[in-house]
Amino acid sequence: MKPQDFDVYKNMLYAKSGYVIGIDKAYLLESRLAPVIKKHGIENMDMLTAKLRGAAPQALIDDIVDAMTTNETMFFRDQKPFDKFRDVIVPNIIKAKGAGCTIRIWSAACSSGQEPYCLAMLMKENAMKWAGVKFEILATDLSREILDQARAGKYSQFEVQRGMPIMMLVKYFTQTGETWTIKDDIKTMVQFKQFNLLDPMEQFGTFDVIFCRNVLIYFDQQTKGKILEKMAKRIHKHGYLLLGGAETVLGITQSFKPLEGERGVYAPV
Amino acid sequence: MKSCLVVDDSRVVRKVARRIIEDLGFSCEEAEDGVKAYEACQKAMPDSILLDWNMPNMSGIEFLEKLRGMPGGDAPKVIFCTTENDMAFIQRALMAGANEYIMKPFDGEIVATKFSQIGLI
Repeated sequence: MKPQDFDVYKNMLYAKSGYVIGIDKAYLLESRLAPVIKKHGIENMDMLTAKLRGAAPQALIDDIVDAMTTNETMFFRDQKPFDKFRDVIVPNIIKAKGAGCTIRIWSAACSSGQEPYCLAMLMKENAMKWAGVKFEILATDLSREILDQARAGKYSQFEVQRGMPIMMLVKYFTQTGETWTIKDDIKTMVQFKQFNLLDPMEQFGTFDVIFCRNVLIYFDQQTKGKILEKMAKRIHKHGYLLLGGAETVLGITQSFKPLEGERGVYAPV
Repeated sequence: MKSCLVVDDSRVVRKVARRIIEDLGFSCEEAEDGVKAYEACQKAMPDSILLDWNMPNMSGIEFLEKLRGMPGGDAPKVIFCTTENDMAFIQRALMAGANEYIMKPFDGEIVATKFSQIGLI
């Protein structure tokens, strides 16, 4: 792909989603956009590029952004954040808010739903211990397509084995051949909504916990800072922010500080 | 070093599994059916067992039931690794005392996360 063609995609993605793609990801463009080209009846990549230089229809732009920003995930990805949620975060919030409280959680880049569903399963698993506490889970993602997948709650045999204990699979899923569907009582605990992290966040109210894992890596420093500043306003004083293993707030914002001894967990300042 | 007994009638699967398990820092023994696995456990009880279901002479589930009745047989963590992917099979395995369950095909990451979840690594 010619550098000037690559720039068309790079600039459009940055404007629409804030995502930054380097020229080293040029190879991804062709493989990920092949289904989009087919869906819209466009002959080839060059024709698609030409369309984008002109006035491309919104539906086409949406599909391109979707295809380029969709990321793989797994159940209980990295495990530790979920252990911390169960052993440190929820107990601390209950201490701060009282036993009959409502704990509001935002999974800010939920992809195909594994993260919010894992949180919902943890709540079921610990229902006795956390009796009286009400949980609300909001799960958002930029991609409409991936959200449809998340709402359906259907996963392949391969997906359900990545990270999920077999007991949870047996308890919380139903099986149809090699497709595993999350049960309705878990599904109804999660509210899914399409959302761009560049947009205003006031509509969501205030949260006790924000999971924002493995998404900031796709933004430049300035955009990361803006997103974190907005999140700082949407989180309670006693709340927690969880970032991915390769992410940090250091050097990006003063609004959060790392929690001592709890890697990847941050508290508002 | 922790030990793992790989029980599968396919030499290819044993070889693949052995490589994954040795990479996780385990010593590895192999058995080609339930009878051989039972004999191996009588000699030395391993820390973990990766267990196929369908094998000649003695199936994985029969072996597991016998193992859990042996002196010291409740110690090894048992992970089924089988093409049997029906919920009924999974439930039967768990009832018989399996600690985890992998549906073939599998890869190193699946094995590693299962080992980690049951506290082997």
